[in-house]
Amino acid sequence: MAPATSPTDAAGLGRGRAVAFALPALVLIGVFLVFPAIWTVYLGLTDYRLTGPAAADPRLVGAGNYTTALGDGRFRDSVWLTVQFVLGSAIIGQAGLGFALAWIMRDRRGPVRRLVEALVLLSWILPGSVVAFLWIALLDRDGGTLNALLGTPGAAWLLDHPMPSIIVFNTWRGTAFSMMLYSAALENVPPSHLETARLAGASAFQQLRDVVLPRIKGHVLTNVLLTSLWTFNDFTPFLLTAGGPEGRSEILPVYVYNVALRDGQLGFGAAVSFLILVINLVFALAYLRLLRDRREVPG
Amino acid sequence: MRLFHRPVLIATLTTAVLTLPACGSGTPAGKDGVTLTITANAISGGKNTAAAEWIKQWVIPRFEAAQKAAGREVRVLFQPNGVGDEQYKTKVALDLKSRTGADVIDLDGIWVGEFAQAGYLKPLTELGGTAVETWEGWKQIPQAVQGLGIFDGKKYGLPQGTDGRVLYYNRDLFGKAGLPEPWQPKSWQEILDAGAALRRLPGVTPIQINAGTAMGEATTMQGALPLLAGTGTEIYTGGKWAGSSQAVKDVLEFYRQIYSGGLGDPKLQQEAKGRDKSFAEFADGRIGILAEGDYFWRAVVDPKTGVAPMAERDRVVGYARIPAKRPGAGVRGQDFVSMSGGAVRVLNPFSEHPRQAWELLSFMHSAEAVKAELAGAARVTSRSDVNAEVLAADPMLRFVSEEVLPITVYRPGLAVYPQVSAALQEATADVVSGKPVQEAATAYRAKVERLVGGSGNISD
Amino acid sequence: MSHVAHVLGRIASAVLLAAVAAFFALPMLWLASAPFDAHPSITVSLPEFTLDNFRAILDNPYALGSIGNSVIQAGGAAALVVVLAALAAYALSRVRVPGRDALLYLLLLLSSVVTGTAAMVPIFELATRLNLVDTHLGVVLTVSGGLLPAAIFILKDFMDATPTSYEESARVFGASPLQILRHIVVPVVRPGLATIAVWAVANVWGGFLLQYILLRDPEKSPGSVVLYTLYTEGGQPNLSLVSTFSLLYSLPVVLMYLFVSSRYGFRFHGGIKR
Repeated sequence: MAPATSPTDAAGLGRGRAVAFALPALVLIGVFLVFPAIWTVYLGLTDYRLTGPAAADPRLVGAGNYTTALGDGRFRDSVWLTVQFVLGSAIIGQAGLGFALAWIMRDRRGPVRRLVEALVLLSWILPGSVVAFLWIALLDRDGGTLNALLGTPGAAWLLDHPMPSIIVFNTWRGTAFSMMLYSAALENVPPSHLETARLAGASAFQQLRDVVLPRIKGHVLTNVLLTSLWTFNDFTPFLLTAGGPEGRSEILPVYVYNVALRDGQLGFGAAVSFLILVINLVFALAYLRLLRDRREVPG
Repeated sequence: MRLFHRPVLIATLTTAVLTLPACGSGTPAGKDGVTLTITANAISGGKNTAAAEWIKQWVIPRFEAAQKAAGREVRVLFQPNGVGDEQYKTKVALDLKSRTGADVIDLDGIWVGEFAQAGYLKPLTELGGTAVETWEGWKQIPQAVQGLGIFDGKKYGLPQGTDGRVLYYNRDLFGKAGLPEPWQPKSWQEILDAGAALRRLPGVTPIQINAGTAMGEATTMQGALPLLAGTGTEIYTGGKWAGSSQAVKDVLEFYRQIYSGGLGDPKLQQEAKGRDKSFAEFADGRIGILAEGDYFWRAVVDPKTGVAPMAERDRVVGYARIPAKRPGAGVRGQDFVSMSGGAVRVLNPFSEHPRQAWELLSFMHSAEAVKAELAGAARVTSRSDVNAEVLAADPMLRFVSEEVLPITVYRPGLAVYPQVSAALQEATADVVSGKPVQEAATAYRAKVERLVGGSGNISD
Repeated sequence: MSHVAHVLGRIASAVLLAAVAAFFALPMLWLASAPFDAHPSITVSLPEFTLDNFRAILDNPYALGSIGNSVIQAGGAAALVVVLAALAAYALSRVRVPGRDALLYLLLLLSSVVTGTAAMVPIFELATRLNLVDTHLGVVLTVSGGLLPAAIFILKDFMDATPTSYEESARVFGASPLQILRHIVVPVVRPGLATIAVWAVANVWGGFLLQYILLRDPEKSPGSVVLYTLYTEGGQPNLSLVSTFSLLYSLPVVLMYLFVSSRYGFRFHGGIKR
């Protein structure tokens, strides 16, 4: 998974001390993550609700919540929207733009690079609730900045193009992480190798594919795994579109919120959360496979 | 300060955090006497700030003093909140589920049933004892308003007040459109007719009846349910939920006529901030007719404190009762209809001092306390004696109290209601976005059937 | 020929960077105008200049304190996450444990369940039983649990990529593993640690639901929770207060960015190239 440095025990840690180093983190994770997560998975097997009779006396329903979810058109639509959201904003948007920025700025120094980096990073660290206001102000159909700039008064971006809107939004929101990761990764590509390839007549695409990609594969994997996972669980678009109009931007985290918090169906919501985990796993396996296959192509 | 050169600093920070006073949840014990806690979705300087100030400045000192005079040492604390209803409800439910939480709790009346079913609430008499039955306030609270705190025939909470829905209209725009004024439509058709006249004014959206899912419960309460009442039915009667009945189709058809007929703005119903925007547009003179609760009058277009203030509110804003589909077609054969809700205060069944908590609760609902809570502002309280005094100053709220409350309808307080309500919102959203009424009604029925456990619980 | 291509390439990249900068800057305009506007709306406009909004927000009894609470909770969580994740990542990087990558990824997946809405009840019950409700510590520990897997995952990658030769020589000179970690490894991955700290702070800074549910006393509420109090009973935002508070509440993270950026730079991995 990581760039291939042989992980020898250089500091003479030994098994015992390694366990001692990792233990505090593992204990905290065990108590505050694994335990509630397993409890949540268990809740997914019940009809538990926040209020009403099922709150007092939840019953085991086995796989009932799962069959209900899989049979629910709204859930399946939501899965499809989420896949679009992840591919569009995490893979093409964040990873693509992040890599492009890292590539363009790799041998740039000075104020331009600092300015671009500062803006990209700011959009990453501003609080979500504030960011939602910023984007509503940008995309609003009556007084939105975008309509004023484009001279398209009344264009309802969030209503007529909800998915593209939140995809662009999430690209804006999260590109910083990919940009930083790829900037670091590109430092591992010796300029001389690129030069050699260029002199040998390789096109830019060929250079990227044959010289750059093999050296940053580990970073690409880390990048797509993490950004996909984060995007799969990103609730901020709710603040922009509330999942609408008519559920046309109801991605899975919004679906879970509506089901668990608005409707109070905590058991069902827990089951859907577990399904999100499974979908993530499928994505992860696909990434692993894709990048492993690439490795077999001789560089 | 080089953060990562100095592990000391990190260690200090970490230890500081780890040793922060881990004082427990629930009620901190008073010195020797009793400590009671009040919680509400109100906070100084923010949401419902007046209510928070009242609890802190009026209720707590006076109640403590009164108890002291009676020889009891009682300390009262206030736990403020300022969030959306759903979040507040979740927090209170979690507290009650883990048998902690404040002794006196503010709740929306609509939640009483589902909380009681979950075992989070107990009837007041079981907690407060005989003092509950003999409380002087009961005879001041009309039976219908008491219903806000009643579930399965048992009293769980004291209602704080109630509200009513009306049609607001802009008198200036009515004048320009050549419409009569004062205006009181007698049927849905007359609303559409007025809308058609308003439509000729440039830049004006004739009618705003909330629709769609983005407005949430505001769609149900200000739109679908009063319309449904205008067809003579309620969402839940005789143990059955309304399915794809003719009444539901009539309601959807009315929505269709407004939003496909150019009388309303369909996009506004889809926007995440659509309701806020409808307020701003009405205040700006760009909406002719708007269905809303008296909250709109008190807190939205109020010239001083409103979020979309109208300097000339009293002159420009007119209000009318919501008509039934046709005269006499409404619930109980009424010509006009409305919907009401309201907040209640309940006792925590896990309170360590339930008797004292009842004393505090009833103290908060005494005539004197209720008047103090209003602090000069007018609104419809639960007590007739207080209303008689305070509503004189505000003709709109007097109108609600005298003309609207006698004809109003309340929602069913069952756990599944929010989901049925959401299904109804989705049906209106379908129609507003152009789907045929029949299709929307069928989809709605299928959802409700799944929610309420089969078609045996549905009336068509 | 190649020179022309080069110049064209530079121009194209400059244009692209300008477009990217504009794209990222555009949404932020509202935050620069609305707080200073006497009648802020959702529209960006030249403000009818006033500082009244700031006066109003300073009158709010919880606004300023909440930013302090955010600092305690986000700073505490970031410190905890960075320290624990660095230790764990180093151990996992240097000592071969079978199945460690799969285990890490599994934890990462579970963290997505716990950060979702559906895990509310387990988390709240856990906090209640550990007597952590209404404490800063409860918030810090719960959010840290959710952040740690990703932090370890990222840091382990960094540690894997740092050369081990220095560690070997330090060991020859008799340094203990903790000393090696502190004096050799940490300096190399410091920009990465700083970036993880900023990431953790940003994550906790914006978090709302968990913080709201775990805390009772508004004197302990972070800014994200207080922001939501600035709505009316009907759920309408008071834009003059909301925009002004948004600006004040964003300032600490912006300052943190400037500090970290000038001191460490925002980079992953260390300064040593392999």
